[in-house]
Amino acid sequence: MIEMRRVLRLGLLAGVSMSFLGSIGMVETFNERTLIDPILRMGDLFFYGTLLTIAYFAARGEVNVLEQPEVEMGTGTLTGAGVGLVAAAFTSAFLVLIDSVNVLEFFPNMDQSMIQSLTFEQGIPIGLLLLGAASVVAGALGGLLPALSDRTRKSIWLVSGWVISISLLEVVVADIVESRTVIRAIYAPGGGLRLWSAAAIAVLVVVLSRRYEGRFGSFTTRVRESDAKSRLRRSLIALAVFAAIVLPMLLGGILNELLINVSLFILMGLGLNIVVGLAGLLDLGYVAFFAVGAYGTAVLTSPLSPTVSPELNWWVALPVVLILATLAGLLVGTPVIRMRGDYLAIVTLGFGEIVRILLLSDWLTPIFGGSQGIRRIPGVQVPFLGEVGGTRPELFVYLTTIFVLIAAYISYRAQNSRVGRSWAAMREDEDVAEAIGISTVRAKLLAFITGAIVASFAGALFAAKVGAVFTNSFDVLVSIIILVVVIVGGMGSIPGVVVGAFVLIGVLGGPKSPGLLQEFAEYKLLFYGAILVVMMLKKPEGLLPSVRRSRELHQDEMSQDAWLDRDTGHVLEDRLET
Amino acid sequence: MLPRQVAANSTTTTSRTRRFRFNWVDGFLWFIRVAAIITIVVGLTGTIQNFMAGQGPSVEQWRDLFVSSISTGAMYGLVALGYSMVYGVLGFINFAHGEVFMAGIMVGWIAATIMFQNGLWDGNPFLALAIVLVVAMVTSTLIAVLTEKIAYRPLRGSPRLIPLITSIGVSFFLQYAFAGLFGVGLQTYPPPPGILSRDINVFGVPIEGTKLLVILVAILAMIALWYFVAKTKTGRAMRAVAEDKEIAGLMGINVDRTIITTFAVGGAMAGVGGLLWALLFRNVQFITGFLPGIKAFTAAVLGGIGNLPGAMLGGVLLGLFEGMGPLLVLDGLGIPAVSQLKDAVAFSALILVLVFRPSGLLGERLGSEERA
Repeated sequence: MIEMRRVLRLGLLAGVSMSFLGSIGMVETFNERTLIDPILRMGDLFFYGTLLTIAYFAARGEVNVLEQPEVEMGTGTLTGAGVGLVAAAFTSAFLVLIDSVNVLEFFPNMDQSMIQSLTFEQGIPIGLLLLGAASVVAGALGGLLPALSDRTRKSIWLVSGWVISISLLEVVVADIVESRTVIRAIYAPGGGLRLWSAAAIAVLVVVLSRRYEGRFGSFTTRVRESDAKSRLRRSLIALAVFAAIVLPMLLGGILNELLINVSLFILMGLGLNIVVGLAGLLDLGYVAFFAVGAYGTAVLTSPLSPTVSPELNWWVALPVVLILATLAGLLVGTPVIRMRGDYLAIVTLGFGEIVRILLLSDWLTPIFGGSQGIRRIPGVQVPFLGEVGGTRPELFVYLTTIFVLIAAYISYRAQNSRVGRSWAAMREDEDVAEAIGISTVRAKLLAFITGAIVASFAGALFAAKVGAVFTNSFDVLVSIIILVVVIVGGMGSIPGVVVGAFVLIGVLGGPKSPGLLQEFAEYKLLFYGAILVVMMLKKPEGLLPSVRRSRELHQDEMSQDAWLDRDTGHVLEDRLET
Repeated sequence: MLPRQVAANSTTTTSRTRRFRFNWVDGFLWFIRVAAIITIVVGLTGTIQNFMAGQGPSVEQWRDLFVSSISTGAMYGLVALGYSMVYGVLGFINFAHGEVFMAGIMVGWIAATIMFQNGLWDGNPFLALAIVLVVAMVTSTLIAVLTEKIAYRPLRGSPRLIPLITSIGVSFFLQYAFAGLFGVGLQTYPPPPGILSRDINVFGVPIEGTKLLVILVAILAMIALWYFVAKTKTGRAMRAVAEDKEIAGLMGINVDRTIITTFAVGGAMAGVGGLLWALLFRNVQFITGFLPGIKAFTAAVLGGIGNLPGAMLGGVLLGLFEGMGPLLVLDGLGIPAVSQLKDAVAFSALILVLVFRPSGLLGERLGSEERA
């Protein structure tokens, strides 16, 4: 049974989404990157991937706790194909409209080259047929997915995930393998996997996953259920540390550069994780502490610092920066202590902006250099190695790694200490926490100060690495991106922050620096926004959630009344509507 | 006997340290309050001395500054209404409201440019402006309603920070979606029609036409909104939902529809604000909504969040603070290039309001759920 109205509605949604992706120029830009040499480009992947996802949901129907819908293969495929057809019709109509009306003056991306890129470079009449055919196929595939067995679906997921990742991570693979003949064999000259290597990876993934089926899952549950001090956990941590030591040696300059960037964000993420994840204080001006660290270091170490210029050694400057950060933490923390959660967010955002505006202003230019910034910040003096700065990324990585380890240790210990428990209590309910004798004032200030100190470490390292500080490295975007890192990883979870930083900063790119996928540059903030929304809607506890936090977020689902209220309520509403 | 004594001792010490800590925070807050007042007084005296000495801006310049601050403030006030209404009804800060405002300006720009090209803009300026107004209002309303349906509705009843974080995501998504659609450059509205760029005498005071129009439109919009919220059935439903969603639902009010209406009306007001922005500043870019959005929120807090006349008052006051504050206070302190610090003054105003009077000037009006 195919619900025509649903097909029509979701098909239109898919059409609108696809036209949107085309109109912002994303398909065109992403198509410059080939994933599998002759057949798949990244732009097309996003374009038809959107359709496939929507078709999947169209065919699967509403899933809730009460009933798990069974999808028949024929119905599913037909529904999906229908969605594809509607979407293609909408997109084609849109393209024809763009072709006949010139809107370039208002929408610079809606030009002929956009039409070309959406129609497989075939132009309006023929290309539209191709577009329609591809959409129907993608839709049908999406509709077929929910009808397959769980096992098959999982294999498809694994295969596409691995093929796409290996294709996207070409730079990393090439850097590690270092053998040109192997690389030439796997990747096509214009970038992207060769068809046969993609097939080989697919076969390998299927065989391996079938061979070791279920073992990975049982392994993760074992890790999860293991004691914090068990041998398993310790050996995992040892493995991670070993990887952190060996990896930089294998990688080239550019990737180490990226690694430094990622670890700076891990550092800031860990700091913000204490404030937001553990203590539950939403700080949107976290970049201010980063700026305090960076500018503090710059003023104290650079010979070009305008007025105050003690030209200290980086290690001597560090404790001073630490004290400055503590003061900054107190200064921001005290006035906001009595504020409600959401006021706090806006006020900290205001603080962050005030810091940036002041650093940039003519008033404080005699100290901080204004828009000129402060240049010639020396690197970090390391015994036997000399000055380690941005010019020696393969050594600087170790420095950032050490600080990341320190910060991870601090947050790990804090989390399980008395302070950590009082943070958890405060996050849950401030009044109750106060009533059972927790000084929320002290707990809040401690969270702010710890967070500030960790961020100032990151700032000090950033200054030494880049060798110059300018105000535009410290705008509000940075705060938001750190927040996204923490949320995507999982609020309150230390491994989550690490994963979040690698995925977002490493792959998509940081606020000012490109990630592995340089094509994303223009669109990465769009992705950050979309990721934030989707995560909050679908998985608010993050990718690697902390156990405690995810329980808090799903609390209402556990208590039965709320569960009944939520789910049956929706079911009834839907039935009444249709 | 001994254990009891120990227990008694420990309670006294904890209570003492407790009181001490509280005093410490209070002391710091008092320090901020006093420091703020001293700064303002010293700055004002400095400026007055300068003025007496014949330095600094002349009387006419002060007057123009005052008028333009009020008109900017009126625009903030209109955007602030959206924050205030959503906060009153749902209890969260809709961070993306600034982008709703920007969307109106951006799409209005298309209408304005087309009308400029076919001559309507100069031929019949008021009709043209009315069309821009309608376009901006429709766009903003549409976007506000869509974000509510897609992003916020599924989150009802989740912990309070979740919708706030979602709205930050929506805000970034909208910003960069518009950057992708319209390009990242600064788009400029056509120059205002001749009638508006002339000065108009109001009680002997010459006021630039656009600014007068801005103030008039803001007043009209405010009256319309007041009528809507206070006198119509939907407005009453809205107030009921703000008071208590559950009971309102039991009384036969369609809560979902009322919330959508709230977003729509907030969006429409942001659209009106968008027209005013276009009249005042004449340019628009994808990040245009960000700072005014935060400032409008500041205005809403300043007037007392959830309180509609408060939002308008807060907007006008914030406009005055940020427009006059730098020249009036900071200049007197001998700080160079004060106009750079405009935004810093606006944010400081927010912090000071929350330190001095967290419930705003006219007091908060929230439902019982949100007050906790």
